[in-house]
Amino acid sequence: MVPARLSLSARRALWAWAFLAVPIVFYVTIRLYPAVDAFVMSFTNWNIVGTRAFNGLDNYLRLFGDPRFWTVLRNTFVYLGAGLVVSMGLAFAVAYHLDKVRFGHGFLRALYFVPHITTAVAMAWVWRWFYQPVPVGLFNDLLVAVGLPQQPFLRSTGQALFAILAPAVWAGIGFQIVIFLAGLKAIPAHYYEAAALDGAGPWRVLFEITLPLLRPTVVFLTVTSSIAYLRIFDYVYAMTLGTGGPLDSTKPIVLMIFETAFKNFEMGYAAAQTVVLFLILLAISLLQLRLMDRRP
Amino acid sequence: MTRAATRPSAAVPRHRSQARAAPRPGRILAVTLLALGGIVMVMPFVYMLATSLKDNSEIFELSLWPRHPTLDNYAQVLGASGFPRWFFNSLLVAAVTTGSVLFFDSLVGYTLAKFRFCGRPAVFVAILSTLMVPTEMLVLPWYTMSKAMGWLDTYWGLLFPGLMTGFGTFLMKQFFESVPDELIEAGRIDGLNEFEIWWRICLPLVGPALSALAIFVFLGNWTAFLWPLIAVADTRMYTLPVGLASFSSELQTEWGLIMAGAAVATMPTLVVFVLLQKYIVRGIMLAGLKV
Repeated sequence: MVPARLSLSARRALWAWAFLAVPIVFYVTIRLYPAVDAFVMSFTNWNIVGTRAFNGLDNYLRLFGDPRFWTVLRNTFVYLGAGLVVSMGLAFAVAYHLDKVRFGHGFLRALYFVPHITTAVAMAWVWRWFYQPVPVGLFNDLLVAVGLPQQPFLRSTGQALFAILAPAVWAGIGFQIVIFLAGLKAIPAHYYEAAALDGAGPWRVLFEITLPLLRPTVVFLTVTSSIAYLRIFDYVYAMTLGTGGPLDSTKPIVLMIFETAFKNFEMGYAAAQTVVLFLILLAISLLQLRLMDRRP
Repeated sequence: MTRAATRPSAAVPRHRSQARAAPRPGRILAVTLLALGGIVMVMPFVYMLATSLKDNSEIFELSLWPRHPTLDNYAQVLGASGFPRWFFNSLLVAAVTTGSVLFFDSLVGYTLAKFRFCGRPAVFVAILSTLMVPTEMLVLPWYTMSKAMGWLDTYWGLLFPGLMTGFGTFLMKQFFESVPDELIEAGRIDGLNEFEIWWRICLPLVGPALSALAIFVFLGNWTAFLWPLIAVADTRMYTLPVGLASFSSELQTEWGLIMAGAAVATMPTLVVFVLLQKYIVRGIMLAGLKV
């Protein structure tokens, strides 16, 4: 009896390792080793053709002394801050009302969701077209039609970042709405029934029942959306023809990494930038764990 | 009350009382605003399609209905540029990646959920830790690796980073955990080996999770931009997003052609969405709440 059981569990362990053999090779060579390699690379001076020469913290010191890095970091956090506030606010408003609509619910949800699954580069060009001056661009045509002055949009250092953020919010909001809807649906009906019996108005229900019970959803969405906005790239690249212009005013950190590594081939310097991005993302993930732990 | 008496089913509240409590005019206003917002959301698609069907004489008109609809832009995009090849490249990369992810993520998820063996926690933590590392950090070593191995400008170079995902592995693990052990025991008594138990008994039970994962992975690869932009310099090896970006940057102001190109890149995802809407939305809810 005992030897038979032992051999069964040993056989199962063999099967398990057989199942895991190829995946372990993959995760070690394609995921774990490159992550370590990026860290190591960040302490070297390497222009891809020569040999790697360790230079200690030089890349990091150079980065923190580089005014372009601070511009880029500021841009990245403007994308994050403005994108997060606007998208979460809009998504919650839509989901909150859509949750109460029965007629055409699925159809309306589809209209809001469909931008989320489309190719960013393609839609970036549609929006780039909208932003063109009269007579090409839709937005300026509309502005002029109602008697307002034309706006430079993508040509202005003050407006371009927000002109790029708009389609990013447009594309991301469908995901947030769907997750909010799922969270709203998960709130047990008896809370609302009790509130109705107590004669609570809609605002009190919103602030004292819906929002507190929605807390896990809000934390989840805040973290996933923050990470998405910190990693913004496709829309910026496509709408500024890969430049992050005008004058770096729209350049996020991922575009700076791309340029440093694949235009200037300063791999060590680029690796240091990816490590900074990694640390920022890590901090946000850890914050999520802490917020999730604390129960209301 | 009389209604409840004549139709007993009406006595059971079918919707939340919250829904019925909202004042009527407010509801109508809310629905109207929601519908308007929904129309605004799809306007970029409508304009993209309308413009792609216009000829040059009316391209600067804002009308949504082309007076002389023409497929010239599409003929030019598909005939004279690399679009058919890029389309094929994207399809191939997305299909192979999806197949690989479905197979390996569900196999690893199953192993982590249903096998108890020495070393399991280490494997679990190792895969979990890969979720923490952003792609942007890995593309540098991937590039140097591909350069050294001669993988640049090849299909393998495009798809190797995505062959398995930590996200999918944990999604599948969650679902396999709810498969009862008795079924696995029964399979063993029937003389199936462990692979057959997974393939023939357990896998069919997690169909909804598999289809959700398939849709995420396919769409994610179809729209992927950063790595294909890095991994490929030969225009014949471009994927659609990379090809579209370079095509549009070259043309700059040929908006009819650019919109036709954008439509070609977008159309498959729109078709997939219309066909599978229910599964996509359900899948997002499933994954968003599970992981």
